[in-house]
Amino acid sequence: MSAVVDADAVTLARRAAEEVTDPEMPMLTLADLGVLRDVALEGATVVLTVTPTYSGCPALATMRDDLVHRLRERGFADVDVRVRLAPAWSSDWITERGRAALRAHGISPPGAAPATEGPTVLRLLPTRRQVACPRCGSGRTALTSEFGATACKAMYRCEECLEPFDHVKEI
Amino acid sequence: MTDHTSAYDGLLGDDSAQWAFGQDFEDPLAGVDTTLAAGVDGAALAAYCLMLGDDALVHSHRLSQWASNAPDLEEDIALANIALDLLGQARLLLARAAAADPSVVPALPAGSPVPPEDALAFFRDDADFRNVRLVEGENGDFAVTTARLLLFSTHRLALLKRLRDSVDPVLAAIAAKGVKEVAYHRDHAARWCLTLARGTEESRRRMRAGLDVVWPLHHELFRTHPVEATAAEQGFGVDPAGLAADVDVLLEQVLSVGGLDRPTVPPTGPLGRGAGRDGRHTEALGRMLAEMQVVARAHPTGRW
Repeated sequence: MSAVVDADAVTLARRAAEEVTDPEMPMLTLADLGVLRDVALEGATVVLTVTPTYSGCPALATMRDDLVHRLRERGFADVDVRVRLAPAWSSDWITERGRAALRAHGISPPGAAPATEGPTVLRLLPTRRQVACPRCGSGRTALTSEFGATACKAMYRCEECLEPFDHVKEI
Repeated sequence: MTDHTSAYDGLLGDDSAQWAFGQDFEDPLAGVDTTLAAGVDGAALAAYCLMLGDDALVHSHRLSQWASNAPDLEEDIALANIALDLLGQARLLLARAAAADPSVVPALPAGSPVPPEDALAFFRDDADFRNVRLVEGENGDFAVTTARLLLFSTHRLALLKRLRDSVDPVLAAIAAKGVKEVAYHRDHAARWCLTLARGTEESRRRMRAGLDVVWPLHHELFRTHPVEATAAEQGFGVDPAGLAADVDVLLEQVLSVGGLDRPTVPPTGPLGRGAGRDGRHTEALGRMLAEMQVVARAHPTGRW
């Protein structure tokens, strides 16, 4: 295979992989979530590299299946999905497009992730975040629980429009 | 290959990546370089990973038993989330143990689709588990769980933060990820501890009683076991004795804000050798494992 054809193949593989969406937040692609770290060709094999969001994220299995399925659909018979553990996934990796998609679907995107170097501050009071209601835009929101329907989300409510909503946690 | 347009097509196929033991993603370390660093003994690394992995696994299972029994729905979800994080950490740690020294993995019938980390979780007896006794106790009152989660996550966070410098890159990566998760667990436990301590007379009494139940067991976390001494010597692990001061500062902070006296109950039973790290457990672990392992053991070659 010539270098030009190879480059085309990688582009096509990347395009296909970047279409795959998160199984639990389908408005978001794995690329926009920051889980899809790399697309490369090793001989005839497409090598996809992913970094899990949380250690126990059960969606990782489905993500892998979906990636393999999509690539095969596009004619790539050999697909290898590999895990990259370091650096650990951070909510800072969610792209601007991803954040806009979350907001458009009623999920509040994360703020800046806390520093992990130096001492980890014990937070005895509910975490204070500048969270705007994704429905009405009000800043009068309150944390219901730091843990939500998936590992990556906290539960909030809006004190203006009174609707509950999810917030993707900073990590 | 599974047709993702129909939910039923995947159920009966011969795709080995289906369902059983949650093994869709066959290897949680797929593509990760598990070569041992210079000066690291595979058997020693595996023994150390089993200790940390078993702590996380057993604590995870106890927390998951709260699902549908917690004080409110939000707490059901919170404890299940924390359990899930710990289960994920346990899976990676047990997989690391199996990769470092395959001889630790129990033998299963030929053709069994059970991956190594699941074989370690479901096919070892209680005497083979290396967790501290702190994490295995029955749940009992919610305040006991709160106290246990506070002691465990405070210790764990201090441990994982240092483990990020492990000479084993896999262990370092698992730790770096875990730090972010366990910070949330510790906050959660500390807040509940204060809520109960500063709530009603009854909630305060229960919080005190909860601390008294788990306090005597948490000393085991700080006794250096020979496996941990070797781990620290070879640079892939942490000597837990060095964590005690950091952990104490944090616990003191929570106790003083909550107006709680430091429990004075003396340590229970043997510490270090001859305790949980050597497979000497309380009866509670055997009962827990019997329930946790029964389905996997009944169908060692099962495909679901």
